Amino acid sequence: VSIAAVGKKRAALRAAFPLTLPVMAGYLALGATYGVLMTTSGFPWWYPLLTSVTIFGGSLEFLSVNLLLGAFSPLQALVMAVMLQARHLFYGLAMLERYRGMGWKKFFLIFGLTDETFSVNCAAEVPEGIDRGWFYGWVTALDHSYWITGALAGGILGGLMAGGALNTRGLDFVMTAMFAVIFLEQWLKEDNHLPSLFGLGVTGCCLVLLGPDRFLLPAMAGILLLLALFRGALEKGGEGE
Amino acid sequence: MTFVQQMITLAMCVLGTMAMRFLPFCLFGGRQLPGFVRYLGKVLPGALFGMLVIYCLKGVNLLAGSHGIPEGVALLVVAAVHLWRRQTLLSIGAGTVCYMLMVQNW
Repeated sequence: VSIAAVGKKRAALRAAFPLTLPVMAGYLALGATYGVLMTTSGFPWWYPLLTSVTIFGGSLEFLSVNLLLGAFSPLQALVMAVMLQARHLFYGLAMLERYRGMGWKKFFLIFGLTDETFSVNCAAEVPEGIDRGWFYGWVTALDHSYWITGALAGGILGGLMAGGALNTRGLDFVMTAMFAVIFLEQWLKEDNHLPSLFGLGVTGCCLVLLGPDRFLLPAMAGILLLLALFRGALEKGGEGE
Repeated sequence: MTFVQQMITLAMCVLGTMAMRFLPFCLFGGRQLPGFVRYLGKVLPGALFGMLVIYCLKGVNLLAGSHGIPEGVALLVVAAVHLWRRQTLLSIGAGTVCYMLMVQNW
């Protein structure tokens, strides 16, 4: 490896690091909470490590705790993952041009395209003279390392807490609170609340009618059906893009 | 769930996630998304996060136990703090601590 190549990587790291600091704060805090939740739910400390390395998607990892505690249903897990992560389709589309011609780095960039990594890499003005591939790569790698560090620390901490040092009862509400905040943010920025109300209403009805063990897939199907039926009305709503 | 079933469940999560991340690069290398998919991209987030809030509350029994009161109060705290400061971590933290205090001292 030539000196110029090392300098190129270092320069990209120096440019990328400051932009990831807000992500660091969020990922360490949420990752640690996730790790604690996983181990205090009875899973070994390396589960959060495994999922944070392979899934690298915060909200789905939180949900995976529930999935693992429920009845075995690979189809439900897959549908849940696809629907929850469907928004990444649009991150990918937005990054198609930026990630073009990145060679082997492209695989990693796409693998690590989380909400936060997307928002940093999409908004970033890569400084003049900085290698774009390494810049995007460092943002992705740093974010991934923050999330893994948080989850691992939380996993180990949770293992100690499970010994009874601290009462963690009710900690699982962190996931409810997280989705409630995302829902609220979505609500505040949308012009038409119908899809949000479909989500709450259809899922609520299915839960009451079918019980907590098998309401989810019917709810997902019902939501998709209603969204398809109301497409005309919802697209006419005049939401500017 | 057995260990193998747990690993399959997690593998499904990885598969679903990576399918969504890689698909645009594999399928739509520069081309436009079909209209219905673009429409879903616009309306699905709101519906999904509504669904997930309910999903998280599936263990709540309104007719017995604490009647969902701690959950309701904590959700109000989350919403109030969030509308006040718009700081995601603060809102989540406040609601969770509030909930933990309630269920531990019920």
